Amino acid sequence: MSTYSIGIDLGTTNSAVSYFKLAQAEARGSGQTMLAIPQITSVGTVEEKLLLPSFLYLPNEQEFPAGSLALPWDKKRKDRVVGEFARTHGSKVPMRLVASAKSWLCHAGVDRLSAILPWQAPEDVHRVSPLDAAAHYLAHLREAWDHQFQDDPLAKQDVVLTVPASFDAAARDLTLKAAQQAGLPNITLIEEPQAAFYAWIEQMGEGFRKQVKPGDVVLVVDVGGGTADFSLIAVTSKDGDVALTRVAVGDHILLGGDNMDLALAHKVNQRLAAEGKKLDIWQFNALTFACRQAKENLFADSRLKKSPLVVPGRGSTLVGGAIKAELNRDELTGVLTDGFFPKIDVTDPLQSARRTGLAQLGLPYAQDAGVTRHLAAFLTRQARAMATAHDAPVKVEGRTFVHPTAVLFNGGVFKATPLKDRVIQVLNDWLAADGGQPAKELGGAELDLAVARGAAYYGWVRHGHGLRIRGGTARAYYVGVETTMPAVPGMEPPVKALCVAPFGMEEGTQADVPPQEFGLVVGEHTRFRFFASSLRRGDRVGVMLEDVAGNDELEEVAPIETTLPAKAGNEGKLVPVNLQAVVTEIGTLELRCLEKGGPGKWKLELNVRMKE
Amino acid sequence: MEKPIQSETSFLARLRTALSCFNRALTSPDFSRQAAELLRSPQTQAHHKPIELPPERAHASGLAVLSLLQREGRLIDFLKEDMAAFSDAEIGAAARVVHAGCRKVFSEYFVIEPALRDAEGATISVPAGFDAQRIRLTGNIAGQPPFCGMLKHHGWVATAVRMPAISEALDPRVLAAAEVEL
Repeated sequence: MSTYSIGIDLGTTNSAVSYFKLAQAEARGSGQTMLAIPQITSVGTVEEKLLLPSFLYLPNEQEFPAGSLALPWDKKRKDRVVGEFARTHGSKVPMRLVASAKSWLCHAGVDRLSAILPWQAPEDVHRVSPLDAAAHYLAHLREAWDHQFQDDPLAKQDVVLTVPASFDAAARDLTLKAAQQAGLPNITLIEEPQAAFYAWIEQMGEGFRKQVKPGDVVLVVDVGGGTADFSLIAVTSKDGDVALTRVAVGDHILLGGDNMDLALAHKVNQRLAAEGKKLDIWQFNALTFACRQAKENLFADSRLKKSPLVVPGRGSTLVGGAIKAELNRDELTGVLTDGFFPKIDVTDPLQSARRTGLAQLGLPYAQDAGVTRHLAAFLTRQARAMATAHDAPVKVEGRTFVHPTAVLFNGGVFKATPLKDRVIQVLNDWLAADGGQPAKELGGAELDLAVARGAAYYGWVRHGHGLRIRGGTARAYYVGVETTMPAVPGMEPPVKALCVAPFGMEEGTQADVPPQEFGLVVGEHTRFRFFASSLRRGDRVGVMLEDVAGNDELEEVAPIETTLPAKAGNEGKLVPVNLQAVVTEIGTLELRCLEKGGPGKWKLELNVRMKE
Repeated sequence: MEKPIQSETSFLARLRTALSCFNRALTSPDFSRQAAELLRSPQTQAHHKPIELPPERAHASGLAVLSLLQREGRLIDFLKEDMAAFSDAEIGAAARVVHAGCRKVFSEYFVIEPALRDAEGATISVPAGFDAQRIRLTGNIAGQPPFCGMLKHHGWVATAVRMPAISEALDPRVLAAAEVEL
């Protein structure tokens, strides 16, 4: 029996841990406890912070004095640094720094189990896989917890780990594996926007019922350091009480606050370059840092027209070597507010021109930096998807997009009130043009810590307290079935998609077995292509979609595979099987082969090593 | 008068310890080894001599503050630099870096408050038995308190110190390591 419910926000740029003492048996209100996480902040210095930067630095053996990377729980640590110092020092030594591991974890274009990070690091750097990196962050959090709560080790507690709503089955599976590798065998997953909403509910107490009522549609806009994530939560009434259902999630968008600070620094750097001042990487980092400060100053005080920027000299001549510049409000508005949150029509399409500067790191960064354009695409596509579904959870007829009635913001980006205001303003312009009512902001959210806090609260909700957000899987899943047709040279046979798990499957349920049967050869390796769709809400199990290649509602996930164990005498035998999908209690998707007319049952594994 | 505490150094206590040491050294090899070590240890001979730390260890936390102010606010660079050649505007620009960084150190590691809450310039009364640590009198100090005077500077008091844990492995004399780019 665990003493605590613990929420872990494993973020792209920062991680955090919140805890809920189950025995206290009531919501924490606004006093949502956070774990102080000891971490190296400078050579030989350990400090406690509420956020653990999700950065891993892999030092050279002789880089630091012996013993200076020791942690309170590991005096001999010398081969890696996680947290604040990894970030600050790593920015000066990028070839030894692992950053954005979480974005790599959901990047189907690479082998996520092989040691590829730091990306393009030279030979002598000991590289790690995206999974290892995530496991290192989680292990640091576990060790920090165990150091502080020795009688209640983390492995024995209810741990809820957050994932972006846009994570597909493969990325969730990998997150789970990372947790196991970090010594956390029993965890539950929750989507980050939902966690942010839980944190808001816990904070508001019963007062939340005054702010959201049946009929409301809450849009959660979560823009963190590295990713933007959208979810829609519908408020309905059920048996005289309100019920919450997460009705849609957006695609994975690699676009966040870090891009914004970089964009500002690039803008100022262009001006400096034009004046003949060339910055090296150290100075550019200092400029990015200075831009962030200037941005915060300008956003905090609307009367300021500009804010000074100073890049200090790198050598010991501070004054003599300093480069001066300033960030003025027009630039800030142009680059951030208009650049990342442009005023557009809801029907404006996403831009797909390659953005140089952001594309250099090998990750599939969003090609369109306009968060509002991604939002418009999300709301309009979901409206179309719901219009064709038989039981649309939200009214969409006669509307070009899903009309939210309230917006909950999450992520450090929205500490800047002008950016929140811009999102609300753009959304309300769309609503007015489409004959809707203006949406209001749900205030009071703690932008940096809400996800961890909400996850801890969710752990308590799972014990049967408070209000639970329903919704199930945010995608329908399909396996690829090759059609039989005469071979045509140079042309691949079209692949059909068989629905094995419908949209909205709840945790702890299994889908009906589709009638389609497959023949597996015992002892031989079998692989299926595997697809997901966040838009096809109406497909039942067994539905067959023609020609996968021409269907832009389907996204290919990692292939799934299995090998039927051979017993003496049955090698090479053909076994007819049906596929079955199960959504586990902890929120992952499992696929099984069921022997037709027999007792055999085999688990199919997602293969994240390759993509066809 | 209070009865002296029956300490471990009274004759009877010493006799008891000696006898049980004798017995246990005979019966327990482990104890015997530990006792032998204790007898050899130089500390048992020079028992009460205070351990003298080298100055950089004795003042390690002071050096650590300097190191922090340099790391975050480049304070040592600033103080060591010759200001004569620079214009006020140049010094002003650099001062922003120093100010922002050192301020961050201050707010993170110390809580600093005025020693007196009254506004500077206010006339205040200094009572008998005032705290001479926190209040320094200037001007015409004559007679006995209570005194009446004008608050010229409200003073500063550190009400909390939250210095980070710094590893013994580090040489406190190194305030900032040299940076060599490869």
